[in-house]
Amino acid sequence: MFGKRPERAIPMLRDNKSKADILEETGLTVGVNKASFEVNDGEVFVIMGLSGSGKSTLVRLLNRLIEPTSGAVYLNEQNLAEMEEKTLRSVRRRDMSMVFQKFGLFPFRTIQSNVEYGLEVQGMGREDRGKKATDALSLVGLDGYEKMLPEELSGGMQQRVGLARALANDPEILLMDEAFSALDPLIRKEMQDELMDLQENMKKTIIFITHDLDEALRIGDRITIMKDGAIVQIGTPEEILTNPANDYVEKFVEDVDRSKVYTAQNVMTRPETVQPEREGPRVALQRMRNSGISSIYAIKRDRELLGIVHADELSQLVDEGIDDFRGVIHNDVLRVEMETPVTEVIDLIKNSKVPAAVVQDGKLRGIIVRSSVLGALSGGEVNINGSVSEPTSR
Amino acid sequence: MDLFPSLPLADWIEDLVDWLTNADLIFDSIDALIAWILTALQTVMDIIPIPVFIIGLPLVTYFFAGRKIGLTLFVFVGLFLIDNLGFWNDMILMLSIVLAATIISVAVGIPIGIWMSKSNVVETIVKPILDFMQTLPQFVYLIPAVAFFGIGMEPGVIASVIFGMPPTIRLTNLGIREVSSEVIEAADAFGSTSSQKLYKVQLPMARTTIMAGVNQTIMLSLSMVVIASMIGADGLGDIVYTAVGRNDVGGGFEAGIAIVIVAIILDRLTAGFQLKKKN
Repeated sequence: MFGKRPERAIPMLRDNKSKADILEETGLTVGVNKASFEVNDGEVFVIMGLSGSGKSTLVRLLNRLIEPTSGAVYLNEQNLAEMEEKTLRSVRRRDMSMVFQKFGLFPFRTIQSNVEYGLEVQGMGREDRGKKATDALSLVGLDGYEKMLPEELSGGMQQRVGLARALANDPEILLMDEAFSALDPLIRKEMQDELMDLQENMKKTIIFITHDLDEALRIGDRITIMKDGAIVQIGTPEEILTNPANDYVEKFVEDVDRSKVYTAQNVMTRPETVQPEREGPRVALQRMRNSGISSIYAIKRDRELLGIVHADELSQLVDEGIDDFRGVIHNDVLRVEMETPVTEVIDLIKNSKVPAAVVQDGKLRGIIVRSSVLGALSGGEVNINGSVSEPTSR
Repeated sequence: MDLFPSLPLADWIEDLVDWLTNADLIFDSIDALIAWILTALQTVMDIIPIPVFIIGLPLVTYFFAGRKIGLTLFVFVGLFLIDNLGFWNDMILMLSIVLAATIISVAVGIPIGIWMSKSNVVETIVKPILDFMQTLPQFVYLIPAVAFFGIGMEPGVIASVIFGMPPTIRLTNLGIREVSSEVIEAADAFGSTSSQKLYKVQLPMARTTIMAGVNQTIMLSLSMVVIASMIGADGLGDIVYTAVGRNDVGGGFEAGIAIVIVAIILDRLTAGFQLKKKN
């Protein structure tokens, strides 16, 4: 709760008044409300939401950079919200570290001394902290940059310093506030992969804030979606994708409104196909194996859509020695036109096990998988040539 | 006509000043402290032989203020000229007033600036006081300065402090408040105490801004020397003041130019330190 005498709004929140009503009546802004969740040891817990959804406030409540008006944060049975200054400081020094969106590095300190900071304030001796900082820096692949200043490094490298600084005091918990959002997309992917590699060995509890659905899906063990300071849904990436709470899709419709503008052709990707007229079941299976999918679309030479074939049926044909698989093509595939709005596509593919086929005059132009729709709505670009890496069906 | 009799503001202030003069002990100790600082500065500067000064200061300028040949030459020629005109001792006296005022302004101003940056209430209270200090005509507070500290160098220092300190306070406050909130959050998130945050993060990051304030303070103190000479402060300012009384154009300009030379040297030197620390 932000504003003067914030305790005024607590009863109003109990009465389930909306954020807008409270703002109008009291001039107070609700930062985070009724966000209850548990994070398990060693998991990557992603908190996702658009700007203003309260996700950054939420993470700052966890280490009390922002004082909660009411509520509790438990870490191993200790309530951080009611902790004394001194105990809180020791928790911040030993148990949880934070990585910031714009890195939050100290510009006048060298890389080495930036990484040492957390140890320095604990009162650790120069030699010990120097060694730990060097270790942390080599962990993130920054050997040899110790003497440089932050401004001499690129954004990606600066954030590695931020990460090294957070790892140097070997905390149980890492709080990462939009840690990769300021980086350009390629570096961002690289950092995500590296974080995952590090996590393999470290098994820290990571609380990761992002507004990027792709990022959330890539790194999250569980994902929490926030809206207006409240939690809308908590689940594994799989659950979020296969069973989005209604509000979730709605949120994109309201807040982003991309779905009204986007049509099927904006979110389709290039399909893997086979041509039964000249290719056999072995070719089809080989192609599916290469792209990691279990169903493939069958088309004529002129790309006219015939239907879909499934891997299990194809391997049966191979076993029986039959070289023509036209008999196992399923014709009942989900077809949408190029101009079909994405809102309709979402409804159609929600319950479909295979991707929808985008057709124009009966010819296959592309396919739509669930994740690419969500990705596009969350702001990602769908490249027609982009890897159709998502399994089309399971 | 006399429906609203004029307020006896002048009487009140006089009563206040009279009452304050009773606090002799405080003013006497401040007076003694300033006198001590002045003597210390003069002694140190007098120990250095003039030729060493004339050659040494340009070298310091060269190595600490950006290795500028032109500026170095200027410092050398300027100091030589001051000595040549016979103003050396007056310059030392003036410098001791300016430096004493600067030392006091920094010692008092930076803590006040820090306090201001930590509390909005303090900022709200101090800001108008600073405006008052800077805009009140200097002659006005020369009168009570004499009442409290008598005639001489000390009230001159006090007047220079009153006029020169505000920039140090303001820019210390500004410099600390300017430190980006994420860096402050980082300092907090790693468990800094508030003094660790101040000394390890806020002050180092505000250093350039604070130095700009100190530079301003030196310049303003220097601009007070002529006015301070009216209440008995010796030095180059006094020569200018005497020249005004005698309508001595040439003599006035000689001393005036010497003041300008000192001002330029002090300004470039402190600005040079700023630059050096920034890199």
